[in-house]
Amino acid sequence: MNSTLLLNLQNCTIRFGGLTAVSELNFQIHENELVGLIGPNGAGKTTVFNLITGVYQPTSGRIEFDGKSISNLRPYQITAHGIARTFQNIRLFPSLTVFDNVRVAFHLHLLSGVNHAWWRGASFAKEEQDISDKVIELLRLFNLEQHRNTHSKNLPYGDQRRLEIVRALATRPKILLLDEPAAGMNPTEKIELMNLIQFVKDKFNISVLLVEHDMQVVMGICERIVVLDYGLKIAEGAPEQIRSNPKVIEAYLGE
Amino acid sequence: MDGIYDSQGGIRSNFHIILFSSNSPANLCRVTEFFQQIINGLSLGAIYALIALGYTMVYGVLRFINFAHSDIFMVGAFSGYFFSRFFPSESIFGGISVVFLSMLVCAFLGMLIERVAYRPLRGSSKLNVLITAIGVSMFLEYSFQVKLTKPLSFPVLFPTMSFTLPGGIILSSTQVLVFVMTLLLLIALQYIVLYTKMGTAMRAVSFNPMAASLVGINNDAVISFTFGLGSALAAAGGILYSLNYPSIEPLMGVLPGLKAFVAAVLGGIGNIPGAALGGLLLGVIETFVNGSRYSTYTDAIAFTLLIIILIFRPSGLLGKVTVEKV
Amino acid sequence: MLHRPKTLLCFSLALAFGVSLLAPQLNPYHLDVLLTIGINIVLAVSLNLVNGYTGQFSLGHAGFMAVGAYASAAFTLFAAPRWFPDANFLVTSACFFVALLLGGLASAGAGVIVGAPSLRLKGDYLAIVTLGFGEIIRVIFRNVDALGGALGLNGIPFHTNFFWVSFWGLITIYMVLALVNSSFGRGFLAVRDDEIAAEAMGINTTQYKIIAFVVSAFFAGIAGGLYAHLKSSIDPKGFDFMRSIEIVVMVILGGMANTRGVIMAAVILTLLPEILCPIAEYRMVIYSLLLIILMLTRPQGLFSFRIRPHPSHSA
Ligand SMILES: Nc1ncnc2c1ncn2[C@@H]1O[C@H](COP(=O)(O)OP(=O)(O)OP(=O)(O)O)[C@@H](O)[C@H]1O
Ligand SMILES: [Mg+2]
Repeated sequence: MNSTLLLNLQNCTIRFGGLTAVSELNFQIHENELVGLIGPNGAGKTTVFNLITGVYQPTSGRIEFDGKSISNLRPYQITAHGIARTFQNIRLFPSLTVFDNVRVAFHLHLLSGVNHAWWRGASFAKEEQDISDKVIELLRLFNLEQHRNTHSKNLPYGDQRRLEIVRALATRPKILLLDEPAAGMNPTEKIELMNLIQFVKDKFNISVLLVEHDMQVVMGICERIVVLDYGLKIAEGAPEQIRSNPKVIEAYLGE
Repeated sequence: MDGIYDSQGGIRSNFHIILFSSNSPANLCRVTEFFQQIINGLSLGAIYALIALGYTMVYGVLRFINFAHSDIFMVGAFSGYFFSRFFPSESIFGGISVVFLSMLVCAFLGMLIERVAYRPLRGSSKLNVLITAIGVSMFLEYSFQVKLTKPLSFPVLFPTMSFTLPGGIILSSTQVLVFVMTLLLLIALQYIVLYTKMGTAMRAVSFNPMAASLVGINNDAVISFTFGLGSALAAAGGILYSLNYPSIEPLMGVLPGLKAFVAAVLGGIGNIPGAALGGLLLGVIETFVNGSRYSTYTDAIAFTLLIIILIFRPSGLLGKVTVEKV
Repeated sequence: MLHRPKTLLCFSLALAFGVSLLAPQLNPYHLDVLLTIGINIVLAVSLNLVNGYTGQFSLGHAGFMAVGAYASAAFTLFAAPRWFPDANFLVTSACFFVALLLGGLASAGAGVIVGAPSLRLKGDYLAIVTLGFGEIIRVIFRNVDALGGALGLNGIPFHTNFFWVSFWGLITIYMVLALVNSSFGRGFLAVRDDEIAAEAMGINTTQYKIIAFVVSAFFAGIAGGLYAHLKSSIDPKGFDFMRSIEIVVMVILGGMANTRGVIMAAVILTLLPEILCPIAEYRMVIYSLLLIILMLTRPQGLFSFRIRPHPSHSA
């Protein structure tokens, strides 16, 4: 079923000085697929996200999205292609309100620019109203509407994590990269989050690449899992296969 | 372009022609002039280097541009002027004592400024600290201006003579003094930073202030020491500068200070040998431009250089290239 | 304030025109101070777009001001008399308007050049590079004999009056506020808060920084033109980096990204040296001391009680 290839990493390597953070990595994500990316601390998961989103350039290798190479694009261009992400150490716009955090993310779909802002004609007013409606709709969907005028830095931690997901969705991605969304959550929140991710995937009809340390979350919702250790892919497969893979067990339990 | 050999005989940047053309007297003259300019440039650069070290060290531990540093340089020159009254002029002993005392005064001044104006702002936005530093700089300049309406002429501290090197290159004793003093101070500094406990602590704080305080380093003491050390070097720079340009006034530090900062960035800010290298390089380049027909643009050179460096190699000549972790 | 921006703008312009009819009643000293305040408001509000809203640290505003001052003064002195030898009031005013626009455009051009390095630099580095650009601009003017070299230009007609200053003051405030209070303009704040996150949300940070620099430089150029036609003589010394710092201080004390606060700070900081005039010897000493004390006691700015109107979605 999941046949259309969306994201394709080919032999991606990145080095920081002497450290090879990701080495000859190959993996694919198809349309409407929920893939997990796991590995011990420092395995290179976040670095993979940074490679895909153009924050870092690969030392060698190639990344394709929708059949086109995105290896040398700037991050905002990659987002425009349809890749959105959240950050492991939350990076909201702290001094902006919840509303504005999401509004800013509509930037790619904005027709009015500087001149419209100055002239403030009818088309500008209409577009502002449209965006405002869409933001409110998104916030309502994720139960954040009551916080819309709160500065995002004053939001409770769990809400900040959810707001990051909302903000990423506002860019209208085809694939969503989530970096440890369950970090710091209690078990009930984690279950809510699992439902949320599943819901997002179905509702917006997108693929999700999930980095997560909590095995219950990963095993619970991912259709396929890629395992990294010291920058190398050591396993890939369905959750049951990964659970019993000796290499994975060794990587997690040590020698 | 036209006029590489034009009649004014100014040195053009075309070193190949200067160095590799035949040995006619006119060309010999150019060779001499070339080396003369190098020497003049190095002695100016050595002073930039001394000031640049202060910027670089403070940047290393606090990640901030101490704008008031250039005024400490000025205070150094003025305290040299003040102390010179108590010592015989044109004597080595007197000269050294004056330099030493001024360094001491400025070290205290630097530490005082850090304690009063910068420490309370530790942890607040960089912009605020920078503006405070500018405030301190203005305060020093304007307080000196209240009493001083015209420049003072700086006394001759050391015995002066000049040496003629083979080829007709002239080396003044002031230049020798600048070289020797800078070299000694650099060696002392390198020793302090690499081999003393305080120096090790300085490096630790500059590497990671949080970790440094966790292993029991007193960050405040280290920062204070760094300001003292940097300010002392600026004072030495101020006096050496005044020996070369013996007219001192409250705003004398502004331009050399800015240029020294450029030198620090040029070498890779936070990097001690880099600051020295950047200073020397800037001094030489400036001297050459000054001797050319573009002399009126000399003051723009430092900044042009800075912009070029920052665009093509933002971490400076000796700085390490780093990628921001996301 | 931005619900009916155009109506509001027209209304305030009419008001400004009305008030400007009263200006001749003022004594020349007070008028001069008042006009200087207006010019400083233009400078501070425009710099606030770069330093406050976009979070870039520019220390070269005086350089842009210089470009505008020289360009507009050159137009008034050299071009206008040749093209319109016997000008009446209307023609002179139109020429002045064109001169100011030219100054603004020339300065905006310089803004592109200075903004370019900001794409790769941050914080202190950007500050020092913009400062360097300001100094380079000064050195260049010092070397252009046609523009008077180190002596500068003299005998510029006194065209700057209350009407023009309030006109440009209002335009500047409107342009900056209207820009920032739009979905597009929220991008400036996003760039300030977190560049990496902003890029990840599809924001071209390069474009935003350039726009900020260009718009800000344009108005600094206008302010330079107003200044030139107020003081009647300009020279490269008048645009040194202390000038830039004065403007930065207004932005910081005003509370960064707080246009109302910045306007108040511009008023206060322009008046302060005038109030301290009786103790002229010490006034700059006191000014700098106050600056240090304010930074130590109110690092968030003098006016950070956040009365900024909220960009509500119902607008
Ligand atoms: N910009 C950088 N410069 C130098 N080293 C880096 C940089 N970014 C990442 N690394 C290194 O690359 C390795 C992989 O880091 P990464 O953050 O990708 O790990 P991770 O799998 O996300 O770990 P965690 O589970 O702790 O988040 C680490 O050793 C890290 O120190
Ligand atoms: Mg990670």
